[in-house]
Amino acid sequence: MNFIVCIKQVPATTDVKIDSNTNTLKREGVESIINPFDEYAIEEAVRLKERTGGKVTVITMGPPQAENALREALSRGCDEGILVSDRAFAGADTLATSYTLAQTIRKIGEFDVIICGKQASDGDTAQVGPGVAEKLNIPHIAYVGKVEDIKPGTMKVQRMMEDGHDIFDVSLPALITVVKEINNPRLPSLKGMIFSKKAVIKKWTAADISADADKIGLSGSPTQVMKIFYPPARQGGEKLTGEPQDQAAALVSKMKELKLI
Amino acid sequence: MDYFLSEEQKMLVELAKKFAHEKIKPVREEFDEKEEFPWSVIEEFAKTDLAGVYIPAEYGGMGMGVFDLCVVVEELSKIDGSISLSLAATALGTFPILLFGTDDQKKKYLPGIASGKKLAAFGITEPNAGSDAGAIQTSAKKEGDSYILNGTKCFITNAGEAEVYTVIAMTDKTKGPRGASCFIVEKGTPGFTFGKKEKKMGIRSSSTRELIFNNCKIPKENLLAKEGMGFIVAMKTFDASRPGVAAQALGIAAGALDDAVDYSRKRVQFGQPISGFQAIQHILADMATEVEAARALLYATARQYDKDPSARNTKSSAMAKLYASEVAMKTTVNAVQVLGGYGYMREYPMEKRMRDAKITQIYEGTSQIQRNEIAFALIKESARK
Amino acid sequence: MANKIEVLSEKCTGCSLCVKSCPFGAIVLVDRPEHPKKQKLAVIDVAKCNYCGACVDACKRFGAILMLKEEKQKAVDFALYKDVWVYAEQRHGEVSPVAYELLNEGRKLADKLKTHLCAVLLGDKIENQAQDLILHGADKVYVIDNPLLKEFCDDPYAETLAHLIREEKPEIVIMGATNIGRSFASRVAAKIDTGLTADCTALDVDVSTRNLQQTRPAFGGNIMATILTPRHRPQMATVRHKVFKRATRDTSRKGEIVKKNYDFSKLNPGGLDFMNRAKFLQFVADTTAKVNLSEADIIVSGGRGLGKPEGFKLIEELAETIGGAVGASRASVDSGWIPYSHQVGQTGRTVAPKIYIACGISGQIQHLVGMGSSEVIIAINRDPEAPMMKIATFALEGDLYEIIPWIIKEIKKSRGEIEFVK
Repeated sequence: MNFIVCIKQVPATTDVKIDSNTNTLKREGVESIINPFDEYAIEEAVRLKERTGGKVTVITMGPPQAENALREALSRGCDEGILVSDRAFAGADTLATSYTLAQTIRKIGEFDVIICGKQASDGDTAQVGPGVAEKLNIPHIAYVGKVEDIKPGTMKVQRMMEDGHDIFDVSLPALITVVKEINNPRLPSLKGMIFSKKAVIKKWTAADISADADKIGLSGSPTQVMKIFYPPARQGGEKLTGEPQDQAAALVSKMKELKLI
Repeated sequence: MDYFLSEEQKMLVELAKKFAHEKIKPVREEFDEKEEFPWSVIEEFAKTDLAGVYIPAEYGGMGMGVFDLCVVVEELSKIDGSISLSLAATALGTFPILLFGTDDQKKKYLPGIASGKKLAAFGITEPNAGSDAGAIQTSAKKEGDSYILNGTKCFITNAGEAEVYTVIAMTDKTKGPRGASCFIVEKGTPGFTFGKKEKKMGIRSSSTRELIFNNCKIPKENLLAKEGMGFIVAMKTFDASRPGVAAQALGIAAGALDDAVDYSRKRVQFGQPISGFQAIQHILADMATEVEAARALLYATARQYDKDPSARNTKSSAMAKLYASEVAMKTTVNAVQVLGGYGYMREYPMEKRMRDAKITQIYEGTSQIQRNEIAFALIKESARK
Repeated sequence: MANKIEVLSEKCTGCSLCVKSCPFGAIVLVDRPEHPKKQKLAVIDVAKCNYCGACVDACKRFGAILMLKEEKQKAVDFALYKDVWVYAEQRHGEVSPVAYELLNEGRKLADKLKTHLCAVLLGDKIENQAQDLILHGADKVYVIDNPLLKEFCDDPYAETLAHLIREEKPEIVIMGATNIGRSFASRVAAKIDTGLTADCTALDVDVSTRNLQQTRPAFGGNIMATILTPRHRPQMATVRHKVFKRATRDTSRKGEIVKKNYDFSKLNPGGLDFMNRAKFLQFVADTTAKVNLSEADIIVSGGRGLGKPEGFKLIEELAETIGGAVGASRASVDSGWIPYSHQVGQTGRTVAPKIYIACGISGQIQHLVGMGSSEVIIAINRDPEAPMMKIATFALEGDLYEIIPWIIKEIKKSRGEIEFVK
């Protein structure tokens, strides 16, 4: 069966610090990684391919350096990588991104399942997965924690909810977004790394995917940033000092004062 | 220092390092505490293709050599010298087949090992035959199309967990050292059982047990090379495997050195990081120099071995193993010292390295035996002139 | 005229304020040795620029950056769109708490815009829940009752809401950013080609443009962005549970219930096959979660500073003593010390308890985003400089393995449960 994985290259934000003097982001030396949730998507696609046979194509919309993310995905078991990159995509919000990815997938042709990570660690919107499904007019299930069964034409999945999980039968082709509970991503294999190094990544532009200029990039984005500001810092309070016993006593007495306990 | 690794070798290092940090580091303490065999880690390791790095491609491996195996073992050992041992000891058990096996024997056993899903072990040591390997008592009696094995091996690494065992037994006690032969024995063969798991100072997650042969019947096809070649198989095997032990020791030492340097920069006493005190600096400098020397010796040895495995590699293999293991012990003791109280606490990963390092001076030939080998080789070389 | 942005090189002093202000890393400084005084020049990479205007603001002093945003046509006639809608999420036949919080905020928005607040209720035999929505502020409740809507499923739900939106043309649609809401809103927004902003932490309206100002954390929570959907309607936004306060119930409120009877075989060209592309089979409850983290008033959370998984036993003990739930930082979840369901933070749960006790948690921004609105924050950490210690209401520097047992003793003592001799 044919699987497509949509990934995004993001800054390793856990390392991003704020420069307290200028109240701005320290961006130097922040490396780029595959969006963590996408690692689970890649792993699931590879596992499903191992179950059913077939192929995994990994795609990303991004600047030229996003190619590294695709190569990393190849080293973990994906078969082909496609980078869709164009200046015209700059400033795309989730709707424009969904459209762009959907056009890319249309050009790829036949597929059975599209797998996306739940959300990207920089935008955190979780919107693109469902958006792509809508643009391709296929069903989607978000927050999938387990693929119970898969065969040509249909798939049974668990959708994780706050109070447990719902089980669905979905007809294929379909799209799923996956959460961390679904699997444990493998490391690259040596053969995968060698394959990845030699692989030729397809590079498509807006013209290659027959994209409508009004639907991509900033022009295709209904949402726009009005302003950016730094969140007001929460001010600190009291330091409780002394021996552990004294600190504990002081804390409990404060909590009682404030009628918290 | 730059050792001019090839692109492929750099990939090996990168992958092994990533594996060690992501899959071994989070669980090393737990496996040591529980003295449990790290199957979950081995299963993950199998997916990386690294287990077969030294096995020829035609048998499912990556077709690289002893040097490449060493580089992987070193990287893994930097994080944990105990879990890396399951790979190094498997290599020890596999070399007899690699070096002396027939094509049929290789086809039967190597692919499983190369995939990382099956482990191997080498059995020579007995309760009364350690350094004096010639004193082994385990017998293999030919009976029709089979051999019947009787006897006990002890202190065997990977025992009970491995599928494939290469065992040295006496086929003709009258011939002394020329009466030993090497056999392949599979786990599950009737008459082949394992003793209790030993409780050890270090490498606690490794499984060390007795191999017990009680009228264990194996097909004659399981004989490696010829009858009487047993100790030659063993010696050639050690020439190939000792660099692996050196790599394990080197990794343990290198990991200890890195952590000691990091710690010394963070630990503040008397108003400054202890890395500012000459006492500490000199300890670190000596550690670093010795580790680098051990590495240089090992890499040269391993490269030489791969260039010509059939050449006389005993002296260099022995030197690499001797030096690296001595450095590992010395370095880990000093690293614990640099960490002071924290070095002694089980909560921190340093003391484990000291406990793990000791075995490298003992197994696959004690440091004293290594010195014998080196001296013999020197004397032989001199005599040949 | 397309969007245009440029640096006026004669005005640029190379001070780098714009470089630092750009959240997209689109500006760099280059050398210009030919200039006698101003040795550096800011250069904007148009491919990365999002036209947010942060650099223009940063360069107020020198006015060296000129940005002209393209004047585009509105996609629809705004005069046709009115009312603020709240999606009244229901699960297992009960309206979710977040809906009542959104009604509270929706009421304020509707009042500012001088328009109506409507709730949208989808489900099977769900009409009995409508009245309560009116009592919590809705002027009108649209009810669509159909067996196909019993369990949330993206296709029938999205098709239904899209149809309703096209019929009734709301200006604003807000939903809870729950597992349901985030999937549902995304699909609907893509279906009707409008803008959606997820996980808003604040909403406001500009009465003159009737634009909804959607504020949310961006770039991992390091900065806040206010987002608009200036040319499309409806403007859609999702909001997490506990960001807004729950509306009060007023039994005197009156409102209208509007039932819509849709023929589900005709809502989409694909007919009933379309509605059944995904079939709900069954619900399996999670029996392990004891105290619901999001609802808890007291949370005791453990982080990397615990050093080992056994540390959570101490956290659990304190939580039990004080009657709270157990939370965790991402680091401890990633290390496998505690299940993901306990994770608090940007990729975990957002919580707003009365008391949040952070043990061995440094307070990275991604964690703070998930618990920063807690009333009282207590931090226990060896590192006095940790961000969590700096924002805590009460900061206790020391070894948590020593302090926490004493806290437990002190609490028990204060309840008269134990006596001890000093």
